[in-house]
Amino acid sequence: MNKSFRQSMAWLHTWTGLLLGWLLVAIFITGTSAYFREEITLWMQPEVHDSTLQPGTVELAMAALNAKAPDAKSWDINLPGARQTAVELRWQPAKQPENGGRRRGEQMLMDADSGEVVAPRATRGGNFFYRFHFELYGIDRLWARLLVCLATMFMLIAIISGVITHKKIFKDFFTFRPGKGQRSWLDAHNATAVLALPYHFMITYSGLLLFMTLIMPWGIDAAYENDRRAFFSEVFSRGEDSAQPGSPGQMVAVGPLIEQTETRFGKPVERIQLTNPNRDNAQITLRVNRDPAVTDRQRGGDPTQVFQGNTGELIDTRIPANDPVSPGWRIYNFFTSVHMARFADPLTRWLFFLFGVAGSAMTVTGMLLWVSKRTQQLRRDQQPDRALKMVNGLNMASITGLMLAIAAYFLANRLLPVTLAAREDREIQVFFIVWLVSLVHGLLRPNRHGWIEQVAAASLLWLAIPAVNIFTTASHLFTPLAWQHAAIASFDLVCLILAALGGYTLWRLQRKPLPAKARGARAPRRANTASEQPAGESP
Amino acid sequence: MSPLSITSRTLAAALGGYGLGALAAMALAVTLPMARDQAVIIGIMVAFLLCSGAAIWAFSARSAWQAWAGILAPSLLLGGLYLWGLPA
Repeated sequence: MNKSFRQSMAWLHTWTGLLLGWLLVAIFITGTSAYFREEITLWMQPEVHDSTLQPGTVELAMAALNAKAPDAKSWDINLPGARQTAVELRWQPAKQPENGGRRRGEQMLMDADSGEVVAPRATRGGNFFYRFHFELYGIDRLWARLLVCLATMFMLIAIISGVITHKKIFKDFFTFRPGKGQRSWLDAHNATAVLALPYHFMITYSGLLLFMTLIMPWGIDAAYENDRRAFFSEVFSRGEDSAQPGSPGQMVAVGPLIEQTETRFGKPVERIQLTNPNRDNAQITLRVNRDPAVTDRQRGGDPTQVFQGNTGELIDTRIPANDPVSPGWRIYNFFTSVHMARFADPLTRWLFFLFGVAGSAMTVTGMLLWVSKRTQQLRRDQQPDRALKMVNGLNMASITGLMLAIAAYFLANRLLPVTLAAREDREIQVFFIVWLVSLVHGLLRPNRHGWIEQVAAASLLWLAIPAVNIFTTASHLFTPLAWQHAAIASFDLVCLILAALGGYTLWRLQRKPLPAKARGARAPRRANTASEQPAGESP
Repeated sequence: MSPLSITSRTLAAALGGYGLGALAAMALAVTLPMARDQAVIIGIMVAFLLCSGAAIWAFSARSAWQAWAGILAPSLLLGGLYLWGLPA
């Protein structure tokens, strides 16, 4: 590799990185949280925490659906599992409302012990961050997705050019020089990048694949003569039964069918679907969770038994291993299901979360490095110019500001009145107001003081979450209920860890940087001057 | 790199790179000897790699002219392959 090639790659890496870096930081942080989006939603609805699967839960669920929608086209019962405590009941109404009707039908939550329908506080929960990480918020969905795809493409280019820039990639990985300003940020950036390099490549590349029909549909159009629907039905056909409802009829009890299915597959039934319930052509579909597998078909991949509703006769058994999947789709499925960690058990999920944190840290340290390098290149009597200050302020808003806004969103969930009108929108407003305030603050104080203030505020807010929880819920850290469901206690613990990390950062930032004179005396080479602050400010 | 060269290379990377990827997706979709849904997905997966590869090339080539040439030549080739593979 010649030197000029590496230099041009360093240039490409620096500028593609900066151009969409702020967006990428936000995508990475919110996307990382999305590994636990169901757990976050669970935490944000404390009304359903006290609900546990009982032997009679399925009968209660059937009774609830019978009372609510006896003539629905289909019922869908999701039983509590590792990631949810309540029973989720969905149904497709017999008559689809004109427009405005939700494609996924109606939905309600049921307490698994009592069979009562529960109406938890209105919140978007973890889905807000999940959606934000690929379509942002409040701007046209199509343009937002295109913008995210553009950022993803930039990231893929930044990854490849970054690898080329670092000829000594493994040596760099083992180099860490803490407390040395720019060098430390560079080392941290390298270490987090190399540590999770396969993950970074996978997450960006699969991000593009997930939006292939939006950004790269030309191959589909070429092979299917502009009939994209034909492609979708060939590839993603869900094989749903669209039989017309028959005449009213009795259904057999579901209990024995569940026992039969659980014996057959050796696993608990997690999902029960009924098409044409209460009709003579009713079908009962029972699914158990499939074994972790990343390359088979994504949809309909669970081991399933289908029964005739009025006789209880077994009419179909589906085992995913029998589904032939071609090599091309195996690769596609590998990338996309790893992106979404669909197959993951809790431990793997935590591992992915940590990789996501490493990715966030990589983008964050890259942005800090950008400012730090240019600050240290300044002559001693020189002030940072307007552009450098602005980058520093935007860094602050995108890093500490986002962490502040997320914490505020969780606090709003606990502190806003439970019956407030349009409550879920208010939570989101709190999120954006706090983020905006941090942006204004960052642009007004693009210096060490600004960073100290924002880190301090963020640490306090994250610490406040488990504390406020004690006064506002019956499932805080000092109750056995929180520990019954690992997700609930873990949430508070992660808040405490983030608060502690913030406190540590604050401690490092607070230590007075060496005065300029001593700095010059100690380190003859300016580039190696020790300084803790991510951005310069004359003391 | 002069501003003009940077602008030209950026255009080559963005427009040329995307065009190269799109043509690869189209050409592979109609020429790969396998079920068409599989040919399509392989084409798309190759396309994204080519897009990023083209961007790398655009900024590492000796001159902006060379950057464009290195992207347009394979694009023409893939365009021809696509036309050749179209069902008659």
